[in-house]
Amino acid sequence: MKIKIFNKTTKIASASMLVASCLFAGAAMAKDSVKVGVVSFLTGPAAGVFGVPAKQGAQIVIDAINNGTMPAPYNTQGFAGAKMNPVFSDESGGGTKQVGLFRDFVEKQKVDAMIGYISSGNCMAIGPIADELKMLTVFSTCGTPRLYEEKLRSHVFRTQANAVGDSLAAARYIVDMYPNEKNYTGINQNYAWGQDSYKFFELGMKQMSPDSKGSDKPQFPKLFVGQYGTEISALSLDKAKVVHSSFWNGDIEAFTLQAMVRGFFQKKIFVSSVGGSAVDALGKKFPDGIVMGTRGNVGLLARDNKDSLNLWFIGEYKKRFNALPLGPSYQYARSILAYKFAMDKAMKKAGKFPTQDQVIAAMKNIKFKSFTETISMARGGGHQAVHSVGYGLTKYNKKGKTPGAEKVKMYGPECIYPPAGTKSEDWINAGMPGAKCN
Amino acid sequence: MQFWATVLLDGLTYASYLFIVSLGLTIIFGVMKILNVAHGSFYAWGAYTAAFAIGFITDNELSEALFLPAILISAILVGVVLGYVIERFILRKMYNQDIHLIVLATFGVFLIFEDLIIITFGVDPYLPYQPAMMLGWVDIVGLNRGVYQLTLILLASIVAFACWYGLTKTKWGKLLQSVIYDREISVAMGIDVTKVYVVTFIGGAILGALGGAYVAPTTSVSPGFAIDLVVLSFAVVVIGGMGSIPGALIGSLIVGILRAFAVHQAPILELFVVFAVMAIVLIIRPEGLFAPPKPRKI
Repeated sequence: MKIKIFNKTTKIASASMLVASCLFAGAAMAKDSVKVGVVSFLTGPAAGVFGVPAKQGAQIVIDAINNGTMPAPYNTQGFAGAKMNPVFSDESGGGTKQVGLFRDFVEKQKVDAMIGYISSGNCMAIGPIADELKMLTVFSTCGTPRLYEEKLRSHVFRTQANAVGDSLAAARYIVDMYPNEKNYTGINQNYAWGQDSYKFFELGMKQMSPDSKGSDKPQFPKLFVGQYGTEISALSLDKAKVVHSSFWNGDIEAFTLQAMVRGFFQKKIFVSSVGGSAVDALGKKFPDGIVMGTRGNVGLLARDNKDSLNLWFIGEYKKRFNALPLGPSYQYARSILAYKFAMDKAMKKAGKFPTQDQVIAAMKNIKFKSFTETISMARGGGHQAVHSVGYGLTKYNKKGKTPGAEKVKMYGPECIYPPAGTKSEDWINAGMPGAKCN
Repeated sequence: MQFWATVLLDGLTYASYLFIVSLGLTIIFGVMKILNVAHGSFYAWGAYTAAFAIGFITDNELSEALFLPAILISAILVGVVLGYVIERFILRKMYNQDIHLIVLATFGVFLIFEDLIIITFGVDPYLPYQPAMMLGWVDIVGLNRGVYQLTLILLASIVAFACWYGLTKTKWGKLLQSVIYDREISVAMGIDVTKVYVVTFIGGAILGALGGAYVAPTTSVSPGFAIDLVVLSFAVVVIGGMGSIPGALIGSLIVGILRAFAVHQAPILELFVVFAVMAIVLIIRPEGLFAPPKPRKI
């Protein structure tokens, strides 16, 4: 009888140990592949110049890492040795739809990570869900500073710096290049990204040029509205010569076309924080002399950068898609690089295939090599990237028949972002203490 | 002076754009009593087809004089083909159904045609700016105006006149008015209502496509760009009165000029004023400002 009991106990214990060992070993066993949801606009007005180039940028880097053909320092094959199996998904449809799709990715498709998202509205909707579902999520492009300034995130990283730096760098460029222009206004889309962008541009102008004055009628048209004739008239009648805009997607192209045929750009200093896509879309027809930013040292402003990783990326992109990479192409590719960096680092530390928690721990505060510079995840509790932001004047390269920029100025992160733990608005209102802009 | 002239001109330009599209919508409703959500598809397909045609002319270095005919032919082509297909194979089978089902059916058609655009033209934006660039700009009260966009006012005036003339001075217009007034009596009087329906739907579709085709050179033609316009056109039609042609004209002018005033004086209220006017009209006169009279049936 005793023997029987012993046998039964032994069996239960053995079975438990087996199940437990399988469960724990699951995390430690090397995996052949990681399944990652990659989300960008594949339909709608933001697809052509944002979502599709973003997907293409990600594709190039994923394929190169999977095949082990990526240049150093990413020349080891795979993500912690595993190949990435990307599942591309459309970002259009708004926050509610995207939250539903995100849940589907996590709960039904059992992805290992989520990468992407262009719209700030979508990032604000997805951020809390990613933390709730404990899913490692790397935002690639969205820019609203509220993402981390309202709450620190446990599972969410963003490899793109926020809109504060884009707006402050724009203000800095105006003050540096047009010191006599004291009146400014803006035309920005009426949602989180547009409102934040103009707010920080205005705050920056007030600090950097205290005698400057913002218009009392800045324009905030609805997103994707497409017709700006009346807004162009209103901006033309405004005495402000400097016009700030964070228009993106088809809106910047429509605005440019409608303003161009009215000679608007000859009379105003137009500052576009993210209009690089329109420059490429319109080619030689795009007016010279527009103050153009690309949300970092990417896209149009990175064309002449000789970093070997950048040269490889441009070359591969041209070869595969017969086009030059745009800002979003870089931004998505950069998120893939950050994910690989963290996966490899976590595996090296753990000595085995890393768990999600190990990857998250590894990704915090990393400094990883991107195409034109090293990027630090130095804000938002180690989850938010900062990097330099540049502006230049558009100048079509007639010889090379490619759009380009001249008089480019890059502003480092220590010039345009507050120190860790400080809210951007408080820092700017306090006079940006500690900012180093040499 | 400069301010008011600018507001008026901005308002007129925007109203012209709204009028051409809303006119098709209201004619279809007036005659067929169909709230056609698929009207946005005519606009989008008109824009894409015109963009394609302008691209073809430019790429093959053909004469710039072909731009305008290409825009008009694109609108007619899209209106005839899509209008006929939708009326013949979908709506004709639903005329006896509940009006809400027909709205849902047209919404489904709209979504299908949106996807067909992506399949046919891809997701990359089209920028057929050449006709607008070709015409340059002109100074009006100290402000540069794109000549091409000013021609939109001319086009809307021609369309409005043609519509008035066609409805009041031709036999076909009188038949149409008869059907608008009472379908049953029109049938009893020997009018071929089925024929009137198909011609009306195609005519409305051509107007929708014309709006898109004419606006294409001033904007980025990309997937989904018609959605906002459909919503605004409904607001115009509701303000003017469903089915009323003068209503579409007055509704467009009210929306265009009030919106222009808001953009110049209080930009944050730009959308608010449009829908506030619509709400006020609905409270005071639920059938719209110029709704056609309804016969009382005993």
